[in-house]
Amino acid sequence: MGNELPFEQPLEELRSKIEELRRFGSEKDIDFSEEIARLEERYTQLQQEIFVQLAPAQKMQIARHPQRPTTIDYIQAIFDDYIELHGDRAYADDLAIVGGIAKLNGVPVTVVGHQKGKDTKDNIARNFGMPHPEGFRKGLRLMKQADKFRRPIITFIDTPGAYPGGAAEERGQGEAIARNLLEMATFRVPIICVVIGEGGSGGALALGVGNRVLMLENAIYSVISPNGAASILWKDASKADKAAEAMKITAQDLQEMKIIDEIIPEPNGGAHREIAIQAESVKSVLSRHLQELLSWDSEQLRQDRYDKYRKLGAFTYAQG
Amino acid sequence: MSKCPKCGAIQTSKELDKNLKVCPSCGYHMKLNARERIHMIMDEGRLFEYDADMISEDPLEFPGYADKLVKQSEKSGLRDAVVTGEGTIGGFPVVCAVMSFDFFSGSMGSVVGEKITRAVERATQKGYPLIVFSTSGGARMQESILSLMQMAKTSSALARFHDKGGLFISIFTDPTLGGVTASFAMLGDVILAEPGTIVGFAGRIVIEQTIRQKLPDNFQTAEFNLQHGQLDKVVNRKEMRNTLIKLLDLHTVKEGVSRG
Ligand SMILES: [Zn+2]
Repeated sequence: MGNELPFEQPLEELRSKIEELRRFGSEKDIDFSEEIARLEERYTQLQQEIFVQLAPAQKMQIARHPQRPTTIDYIQAIFDDYIELHGDRAYADDLAIVGGIAKLNGVPVTVVGHQKGKDTKDNIARNFGMPHPEGFRKGLRLMKQADKFRRPIITFIDTPGAYPGGAAEERGQGEAIARNLLEMATFRVPIICVVIGEGGSGGALALGVGNRVLMLENAIYSVISPNGAASILWKDASKADKAAEAMKITAQDLQEMKIIDEIIPEPNGGAHREIAIQAESVKSVLSRHLQELLSWDSEQLRQDRYDKYRKLGAFTYAQG
Repeated sequence: MSKCPKCGAIQTSKELDKNLKVCPSCGYHMKLNARERIHMIMDEGRLFEYDADMISEDPLEFPGYADKLVKQSEKSGLRDAVVTGEGTIGGFPVVCAVMSFDFFSGSMGSVVGEKITRAVERATQKGYPLIVFSTSGGARMQESILSLMQMAKTSSALARFHDKGGLFISIFTDPTLGGVTASFAMLGDVILAEPGTIVGFAGRIVIEQTIRQKLPDNFQTAEFNLQHGQLDKVVNRKEMRNTLIKLLDLHTVKEGVSRG
């Protein structure tokens, strides 16, 4: 395969051992079925051990896997009649964010998401999924259009973060993110956000203010990358694993903190192992939530979004 | 005696205070904490404080956070990085929030987000203008995702405030970066900044490491941001109060004056 992550090595070794035994058995006409069955059992057991208790840093590796399905993969698999729309009408077409109009189970929706590249060339064109202000403004333009035509909004979140660059600052990276947060609060249509890979900081949140926030089992969502946190907090980027642990970046942690509403399970090893099956399960969870939200009126939708974020925070009062 | 960090000029603390902590030789604006700022801006230096006893809860039991909160509080005399309340400026009633860099580098955690949101909500209810002086190094990492969510919370409250026709004057003071810039601070009707203030989303060091280039000296200064259309006006500290009064007056329709 060649796609396995370091912590998957023992599994890969066992898998090739089983295959070797099979091949050897059939070549020499020897019956290894008992031995193979024993190894298969060991394989299943090992798989359980590895994938049931993935450490946050291991999930982070899955979330950043180069073969991990992207926004475009989900759009193609889940929606019909997709038409991609381009540009922010002010500066450029930022390919780190894609979006357009499509149908979900026959209902027209607007879909917007961060887009990482599929290979080096694509990644350069898409800036590794790190938007400039014009990307956020393109997303906002499409979402405003959705609000005008009363189409539900579906967003896919998958970015290391907003691009930290000189030109991005000159064109108002902060303003672009802030504007999206404010405007997303006002829309009269259902908004469902799905964190499919990396939810990196403000650049993720800029597409992340929704009535429902769903998250794939191995996706991560955090205020700063664990590497960044480690180098700021402990002046040591190699403590990223420790930071990943302390920062509570996994879907399970975020569900406990009521940041997200539902976890969408992934196949063993991650979404890239079974892309079609993964897309199908994303579609079914999305459809269920959309079905529910479609019966709400615009005020209900806005109030629900307000209440959802209004409640987030942990504070107390000093004694005396 | 104190030495200007920019030009090295030496003056007595008394001279410096009289000059509002602006260097008389080069005009460098030194940092003010929330108390000093309130004293300088509000009528009679008075702010009737909201939520003065609100403190952080260390929700993630993040290594070292609880101790650091205690130390930051002792150092600054504040309970968190923002002071909010109401008072008058030039006789105009306002809701005012003032951030303080001396508490945890002005980082935004749940307390900052909640106090700002409550201030916005009170300004909405009372129909008062909202004045926010920002300064922040960015997110309160020790509160992780909850810190990030304060951006959505404050911005949602501002959406309602703006919808009701409220006036929000946002003032950047040195430095303001990260989540504060990328949420409430950039959502003012009028955005001001003190001279030399660093305003941005990403910090200079992160950007230089990313693009592997040296950035110009004036990068992200208030003057640079003004040039790039990111704010309305750079205002000297000694003119700040009068500028606010003028803006508040320009947004007040006096009785007996016809708008038609
Ligand atoms: Zn000086």
